[in-house]
Amino acid sequence: MALDDHKTTGFKFIGTRPDRPDGLDKVTGRALFGADAQAPGMLHGAIVRSPHAHARILRIDTTAAEALEGVKAVVTRADFATGLSGEFGFVLENVMAGDRALYDGHAVAAVAASSALIARDAAKLVQVDYEILPHVTDVDAAMVDDAPVLNDTYADATVPAGLHPNVVRYHESGHGDVEAGFAAADLIVEDSFKTEATHQGYIEPHACLATLGADGKGELWCTTQGHWIAQKTCAALVGIDTSQLRVTASEIGGGFGGKTTVFIEPVALALSRKANRPVKIVMNRSEVFRATGPTSSTSMDVKIGMMKDGTITAAQGVFRLQGGAFPGAPMEFSAMCAFAPYNLENVKQVGYDVISNRPKQAAYRAPGAPMASFAVESVIDDLCKQLGLDPIDTRLKNAAREGTKASYGPRFQRIGLVETLEAAKAHPHYTAPLKPGQGRGVSCGFWFNHGGETSVSLALSEDGTCQISVGTPDIGGSRASMALMAAEVLGIAYENFRVTVADTATLGYNDVSHGSRVTYASGLATIKAAQDAVAKLCKRAAAKWGIPEDAVYWEDGFAKPSGANAGNFDPIPLAEITKDMGSTGGPISGHFEATPEGAGVSFGTHIVDAEVDPETGKTAVVRYTVIQDAGKAIHPTYVEGQFQGGAAQGIGWALNEEYVYGEDGRLQNSIFLDYRVPVASDLPMIDTVIVEVPNPGHPYGVRGVGETGIVPPLAAIANAVSAAAGVRLRHLPMSPPRILRALRAQASEG
Amino acid sequence: MKTIHVTATVNGDTVEYLCDPRETLLDVLRDRLNLTGAKEGCGTGDCGACSVTVDGRLVCSCLILGVEAEGKTITTVEGMADGETLHPLQKKFIEYAALQCGICTPGILVAAKSLLEKNPDPTETEVRYWLAGNLCRCTGYDKIIRAVLDTAADMREAS
Repeated sequence: MALDDHKTTGFKFIGTRPDRPDGLDKVTGRALFGADAQAPGMLHGAIVRSPHAHARILRIDTTAAEALEGVKAVVTRADFATGLSGEFGFVLENVMAGDRALYDGHAVAAVAASSALIARDAAKLVQVDYEILPHVTDVDAAMVDDAPVLNDTYADATVPAGLHPNVVRYHESGHGDVEAGFAAADLIVEDSFKTEATHQGYIEPHACLATLGADGKGELWCTTQGHWIAQKTCAALVGIDTSQLRVTASEIGGGFGGKTTVFIEPVALALSRKANRPVKIVMNRSEVFRATGPTSSTSMDVKIGMMKDGTITAAQGVFRLQGGAFPGAPMEFSAMCAFAPYNLENVKQVGYDVISNRPKQAAYRAPGAPMASFAVESVIDDLCKQLGLDPIDTRLKNAAREGTKASYGPRFQRIGLVETLEAAKAHPHYTAPLKPGQGRGVSCGFWFNHGGETSVSLALSEDGTCQISVGTPDIGGSRASMALMAAEVLGIAYENFRVTVADTATLGYNDVSHGSRVTYASGLATIKAAQDAVAKLCKRAAAKWGIPEDAVYWEDGFAKPSGANAGNFDPIPLAEITKDMGSTGGPISGHFEATPEGAGVSFGTHIVDAEVDPETGKTAVVRYTVIQDAGKAIHPTYVEGQFQGGAAQGIGWALNEEYVYGEDGRLQNSIFLDYRVPVASDLPMIDTVIVEVPNPGHPYGVRGVGETGIVPPLAAIANAVSAAAGVRLRHLPMSPPRILRALRAQASEG
Repeated sequence: MKTIHVTATVNGDTVEYLCDPRETLLDVLRDRLNLTGAKEGCGTGDCGACSVTVDGRLVCSCLILGVEAEGKTITTVEGMADGETLHPLQKKFIEYAALQCGICTPGILVAAKSLLEKNPDPTETEVRYWLAGNLCRCTGYDKIIRAVLDTAADMREAS
């Protein structure tokens, strides 16, 4: 195989389903997660948090806390770097408040003590004097003229004049002439939608163990989706050089985007520096809800025009996202993903990034896309109903294909939306009879996928086995996928590989495990690193045979002469070459570093049947099918797992999960009892269909699959619930009280 | 606060520890006995990641105090395998990819083992309701439920 050859069929290892390398550790309790580390002399940290949604910090008195026996250090904002701007400045302000507390749960001080119990007691002894300020937590309320101003310096140049200072960024995109498009429509549906904030809900709270000396050298162990971003952010926030901080990623107990930034890590480092001892901080669940994650809540208006035959003539959307007290709500992703599944002549999308007195939003699986898709796909469903059209046929009629100019600008390369729709139409689920009280919903969804900075190193051992160092924390079985891809290139069995998530000192920079990028980008880098090693293996064989390097090729784990002209030599197996590598030129390794930019976009189509109890307003999801384009499924079982997990999170978002704030701006439901994620008895089996339309940007055709799966469920379930209940639900979650209100409102309208 | 001396049996071994009366059994297992297999996902008995058995009864170890373990017999995920031989549930969870991140896995395995001891032939609904106290955010439960049902079938056949 030539080194730059792409391959989409004839695989030996790709597509098989071996056991994951971390399986044994994870079923025996041996795997070490964030909170499982300890160090000699270790102290325990605790954070003091604001009980107020918005307050000026007048004074922090740490005397009583410091006087408690066992307390070794107390830090406030004064113990962190100054003069930071941009995202580092926002993150510092978020992990330790300056002159104002900006949301319920905002960190204002921290203590380190000889036990977790003493640290907790000491945190209660820190006296903070607050001047309570007016607050706002709702996105629409934060945009009106008399809304409390959170910060009048955050708005950037994109924001049109005349808007409230809480509007900090603005986005507008599209093409064509939407007014002309609407004029040509036979039917226009225009509606407004809201979605409440949800949390990523990883079961493992944030946890870290930090050591930082007066010499500016530090060690950090933490649960993170990206230890290089943790390294550079923490180093900046505590004022040390990036390379002096070595960060090791623990096993990660779920992230879903929520562990792509830092919260307690810089605080633990600052406490460690002050106490001159290692400091461990573990968040409790309430802290996780109050101060990390969540998603943006949204307010959206969508207008779509359609011809009687189902052709969409124009589409327009306005997406307002509050992202907590700092800029960064992913409103441009909402706008750009909203209409991406469709081939539209006239489309316009507008986004507003709004700040409010809530925790700083963090990425959550396809950030911004699920909410926009909920609004758009609900309107399409209404259009289909009113025009008597089949929802899949209508989506097929308008579906984006290769060459379509995307609603967000570029022309699509080879994409698999049509294939997912056709598979949905052919699936027995789509035509299965429904029982009384049940409704069926369909939705499409889109996510860009991402490449990102990536480094992979691979080293062969004398015995012919191979170790691979990757820099992307394994959040769903990626170590198995990397081994499968390397096995395919080197032609030796999966069991010969050990894949390690290397620390920041061992490998070049790696972007976070996000954007559905790991199997694509670390996979591509692993393939290229393995090809690099193969070239060196061929060179050793060529030297042994005394023939030119290009007269040797690699096949099924053997170096072979490339033809009769190359000479008549017996193929040499990999282990034969590595056995002598010390004396034939030295260790054989393979490396690859790049920022791959060919992440293929991914589309999915979901079908769901829901049953609504008109007495209680409770919805049961009775059947669910996920159909998504994976490009090429490296380990199909793990691809199915991503599809199922995304659907389950989407079901929670659609039906139950929501941040509830009181009049006082305090979060009312900061434990899992009150913030109800789906449990086993809430869900049916989740059927999956893996569509494989190869991505031309990956040697084996891989598309990321992690995120797209959470995009369609919100609308698919809303469409099913609306069909079952006979009333359109426009506000998520569709919790029993909201469904009952909608049913009663409809009844009173007669 | 004054610590209290406790003697208990954990995974077949007699253990002694001193603990603060405010420490949970989970704190003791993790911080004093170095058994970090049980995880704290919530501390309020809602997520089940800390599931263990106490005298054969399935409990959230975050809801029991360390001092309450005096004289009790406790089994954690670390006690599930028999030497090198994994429990059938442990094998099946790996085979079925019934875990992604793995943080909920110890609690789910302990809870599922407890179910199969009481009910060797559960229905899908029975498995779902038994495990309703164990949150998993990665898998959507599908592969977990299948792994438990299939393990139950295997164990019935073997017995």
